Amino acid sequence: MTIALSATDLSKRYTIRHDGHRGYHTLRDEFVSGFKRLTGRTAQIASTEEFWAVENITFEVKEGERLGIIGRNGAGKSTLLKMLSKVVEPTTGKIEIHGRLASLLEVGTGFHPELTGRENVFLNGAILGMPRNETLRKFDEIVAFAGVERFIDTPVRRYSSGMYMRLGFAVAAHLDPDILLIDEVLAVGDLAFQQKCLGKLESITNDGRTVLFVSHNLGSISSLCTSAILMESGKIAAHGDVALVVMKYYRDGASSPASFDLRDGQRKIGDDYARLLSGRVLDKSGKPSVEIHISDDLAVEMEFEILDSNPGPFIANFHFHTSDGSVAFVSMDTSRNATLPGKYKACCEIPGSLLNEGAYFVGFALTTFSRGVAVHFFERGAVSFNVRDPIEGIESRGDWGGSMPGSVRPNLVWNTERVM
Amino acid sequence: MTSANLRPAEKRVTVIEAGRANLEYFQDLWRYRELFYILVWRDLLVRYKQTALGLAWTLLKPLLTALVFALVFGKLVNVPSGGMPHAPFMYVALVPWLFFATSIAESSTSLAAHSALISKVYFPRLLVPLVSTVVALIEMLVALALLVPMLIIFGIEPSWRLLALVPLTLLTACLAFALGAWSAALHVKYRDTGIVLPFVLQFGLYVSPVIFPGDLVPYPWRALYSLNPMVGVIEGFRWASFPDQSLDPMTLGTSVLATCLFLMMGLRYFRGIERHLADVI
Repeated sequence: MTIALSATDLSKRYTIRHDGHRGYHTLRDEFVSGFKRLTGRTAQIASTEEFWAVENITFEVKEGERLGIIGRNGAGKSTLLKMLSKVVEPTTGKIEIHGRLASLLEVGTGFHPELTGRENVFLNGAILGMPRNETLRKFDEIVAFAGVERFIDTPVRRYSSGMYMRLGFAVAAHLDPDILLIDEVLAVGDLAFQQKCLGKLESITNDGRTVLFVSHNLGSISSLCTSAILMESGKIAAHGDVALVVMKYYRDGASSPASFDLRDGQRKIGDDYARLLSGRVLDKSGKPSVEIHISDDLAVEMEFEILDSNPGPFIANFHFHTSDGSVAFVSMDTSRNATLPGKYKACCEIPGSLLNEGAYFVGFALTTFSRGVAVHFFERGAVSFNVRDPIEGIESRGDWGGSMPGSVRPNLVWNTERVM
Repeated sequence: MTSANLRPAEKRVTVIEAGRANLEYFQDLWRYRELFYILVWRDLLVRYKQTALGLAWTLLKPLLTALVFALVFGKLVNVPSGGMPHAPFMYVALVPWLFFATSIAESSTSLAAHSALISKVYFPRLLVPLVSTVVALIEMLVALALLVPMLIIFGIEPSWRLLALVPLTLLTACLAFALGAWSAALHVKYRDTGIVLPFVLQFGLYVSPVIFPGDLVPYPWRALYSLNPMVGVIEGFRWASFPDQSLDPMTLGTSVLATCLFLMMGLRYFRGIERHLADVI
């Protein structure tokens, strides 16, 4: 595989002024400080502080790779993207880009409200670096994708915000570069349009194009990207397989991903009736594990203690979330065995070939129903695991090599026969 | 599995490094010419989209100003015009002057006006004041086209000297662009520019020989006076339009030299600001 983009020792420094200054000076300031210098008085030196928005970052992106960049606000993601798209100059370091790069930091960049949709398509195309004849060739396709055929000769200031966004995205989606940089653009429009954008992005990426994608939406990161970078205060905190990086991002600050133990009593989760003791994810051989093969069985186990059995029976329930925060499913203990005070172990077995690939986060809860619903504890994301679908291929994939959407991917019985 | 392997192997390699932008800057200006055309087209389109008279305004502005000046300064104050009818005498000076002033005024705020674009997309930022200059230039050419019929109406026979208007217009454009780019960069750094500049340009109208002939300035002061590069430009325009008007080569030479100097200094200052533009704008 050839390299599409590489960054070496990339840094960006900003200087913050602490004298309550605006970013720009006025001539008066210059005169005043100049005069003070002349009269021998030391000019008041503004206290400045250096701030490294991005610090010594090195990474490579291979051709056809879809790299997600995640991190909290202010971690340096956008600065990195701006350096890659040449908007800001790096303080140190070097970037090498092989091929045509288009960056999409905003939808509808440079749209002019007075111009019609048609005129703005050409304007926006030129701004994003699409040659005019290419825009001309793809014009009908762009308009059809945006679904604004009837309004194409109307000034865009009369457009609804949805139409505006759709047209903007449509132009960008037809850029056809070798490398595409995208910043959070999917956070716009209604759900149906977001789905359409994701679909389009997926077909772009399946063409073997290289994509760098910055987003807060971990769901779209995990479904679109093959690998990811986690940024923390300007540095790369993790780089690798997307599910692992996403998990690290989630897990950040929590104790242990595959198992935890509260029996030392330092931290108490629970109320006067019941208390959470420990929990773990077990692979098919019964050992705690973060990595589960997609066709292997796994088990999630929780230990808890009943202190006062008055409200019983105690029902353990596990809440499985996917990495984008949506609920995959909830499962409940149906045995009703936890009725007396004492220590219990609740284990839930999940068959192989049920969950889809990706990260899952398990919330542990203990509930009683006899005197109204009472939740004794609910520890969200207490343990996590990653379902891995190795590239060698498995049955449920068929011949499809791309990512499969959804939080479950069961192996179901299929029967197709010729009926006439 | 991917079609990437089927694409042509030779791909342009772009290298981004601190300070490197300088090396490829002028190449980039050429590479982004399509964006330049489309921005000029946009500005013209937007400007005249909702006006009833459209491009006619570019004619009316210098025409009405020339008429008012001819009436007030010509008939009432009786400013000398070297024997020329006052209306074309003023018009021929107003065309380059209005171009010069509008171009600089528009350029000076252009970077700030495009801040949203500048913080999102890369292109050589010099295009921004260049677009403002060229838009003003196109409007000037429309006004300039009216000059010949005007001369004929006032009984002045156009001569071959009119051809000199081509290099003279180019000189004005270079001068306007140099000062426009400079003030655009200054405006990013010092917002005072927005207040000072209209005042200076207003001032310039009366200091430059628009209303009166340049030779009204007494001889020992002429050299100092022609340090204002617009003096040479306006004198040149008059020389090209009126057959019996003379031109001091020293004055024009000073203008050309000043333009070159401003162009060098303006571009240098602009490039200096540009490197950190997206950080400060």
